[in-house]
Amino acid sequence: MPLDAKSKELRRTIIRILECSRRGHLGSAFSLVEIIRVLYDDVLRYKAENPGWEGRDRFILSKGHGCLALYAVLAEKGFFPESELWKFCKIDGILGGHPEPKIPGVEFSTGSLGHGFPVGIGMALNARYEKAGYRTFVVIGDGEADEGSVWEAALSAGKHKLDNLVVVMDYNKYQSYGPTVGIQDLEPLADKWRSFGFGVREVDGHDLDELKSAFSNLPVDAGKPSVVICHTMKGKGIKFAEGNMEWHHKSGLNDGEIKELYRGLEEY
Amino acid sequence: MRKTSLEMVYELAKKDRRIFFIGSDLGAGTLDRFKKEMPDRFFMEGVSEQNIIGMAAGLALEGKIVYVNTIATFITRRCFEQIVLDLCLHNLPVRLIGNGGGLVYAPLGPTHEAIDDIAIMRAIPNMTVIAPADADEMRRVMPLTVDYPGPIYIRLAKGFDPIVTSNDSFEIGRAIPMREGKDVLVVTTGITLGLAKEAADSIKNEGIDVSILHVPTIKPLDRESILKYAGKVSGIITIEEHSIIGGLGSAVAEVIAEANLGKLFRIIGIPDIFPDGYGSQASLMEKYSVSAGSLLAEIRKLMKKP
Repeated sequence: MPLDAKSKELRRTIIRILECSRRGHLGSAFSLVEIIRVLYDDVLRYKAENPGWEGRDRFILSKGHGCLALYAVLAEKGFFPESELWKFCKIDGILGGHPEPKIPGVEFSTGSLGHGFPVGIGMALNARYEKAGYRTFVVIGDGEADEGSVWEAALSAGKHKLDNLVVVMDYNKYQSYGPTVGIQDLEPLADKWRSFGFGVREVDGHDLDELKSAFSNLPVDAGKPSVVICHTMKGKGIKFAEGNMEWHHKSGLNDGEIKELYRGLEEY
Repeated sequence: MRKTSLEMVYELAKKDRRIFFIGSDLGAGTLDRFKKEMPDRFFMEGVSEQNIIGMAAGLALEGKIVYVNTIATFITRRCFEQIVLDLCLHNLPVRLIGNGGGLVYAPLGPTHEAIDDIAIMRAIPNMTVIAPADADEMRRVMPLTVDYPGPIYIRLAKGFDPIVTSNDSFEIGRAIPMREGKDVLVVTTGITLGLAKEAADSIKNEGIDVSILHVPTIKPLDRESILKYAGKVSGIITIEEHSIIGGLGSAVAEVIAEANLGKLFRIIGIPDIFPDGYGSQASLMEKYSVSAGSLLAEIRKLMKKP
């Protein structure tokens, strides 16, 4: 799946953040760019100038290490000035290596895996209690789905039939040490979710039309929580970083490596 | 105490639509009235402590006040990271009610004995830790937990514990002087207040005058009262139904050591082991010297009386 101009531009922003901070989870952010972009362009209800607006859809990036994609999009939408991006992980910045609620547009602090989904259940239950129209979206990773708390939450969301809750799974098939199939295989993944009481939709997580179509037809099944399994590529957008574990997280990046990243992206 | 605590959750919820209750597969019939009358605010979840704490955090982020109840060891140990990150990092008004603090579940063995709950809850920023002495005190504590900021851990004792408090006004974070004496200060939390009163009564005729400071709020600790009453005696003894590591004794030691009082000091608690043996709570406490008798012996030692 080729990248359009905007998808390239967001990735360029992410490389520039890395250029300033010389560190970050590149591969994990690049697999997420289209998912977050489509959510903020076409799906979520929010007001960037009033991030706490009551009617907003709740969004939790439970795989907090993918935060560079979120930061790039939140800045683009005007939640905070772009200049904050260039202070990523710096002592005087608001953006750290994992999202925190002091950042305008961030609901909940994540970084340790398996926390966002149960919290999303609480938010969705509150919406039901208050008869509020907001929906709750939680993005989880595939490595994250090894956590028992994810499946405790899946049982609970199924029991409560939370049709206002959407789990978005970034299924790039790599975790920190290597391919999920060798570390902790999740297959048959769609069947697992179905058996927990979810409506399941599978999409190419880099295909803007497929993502839009999935997110505009929610819940997937009436009266059930939804999961949108997004098949993605870790490091998507730079050939040498795709599926390359070296680019899961990088620190101490030198000028040559930064240059290679820009070039890799332009050549894609 | 447990009955009172849960009944109070029901009563408070009747008056306040922000109050929710989440249980983790509790005993049949628990809070039946709550379930019947306010079903949209009552959740009996499966045995899934991590998910329950996350759910509570999600509700609290939306302005709700959530009471969560299960056995003390499970609510503190199993979901520790959820308590640290979901509740304490976000400073959310979730109230963790832990059944069977200390050795209450003696017949069930070490999986159910909460000997480290105070230590681990006390170490987390933003957490408040409360261990009432009896059901009457619980009745005074609970209404204050509704609008108190941040997360609270409430340690329950057994139930039908003797009433040892009087009708004092209660303030979270305030220690309560139960009696004043000039020789030894005994500092208590939870049900050890009863043991201290028993010891103080029986040693009076030996001419030893005991002060008792009851500390139902272990965090934030009432440093001022501890230093005030410690300054008036020659020795200080803490007594708790908890490990000697990290609980009331440690908390008081931190205060008096920094103040350079130069007083004799002893901690009575469960030694740094997993308790062995079953029997009743009282018999296990006796075995590990958390008793009026061992308190008496320590007081005599401090006063150099045989």
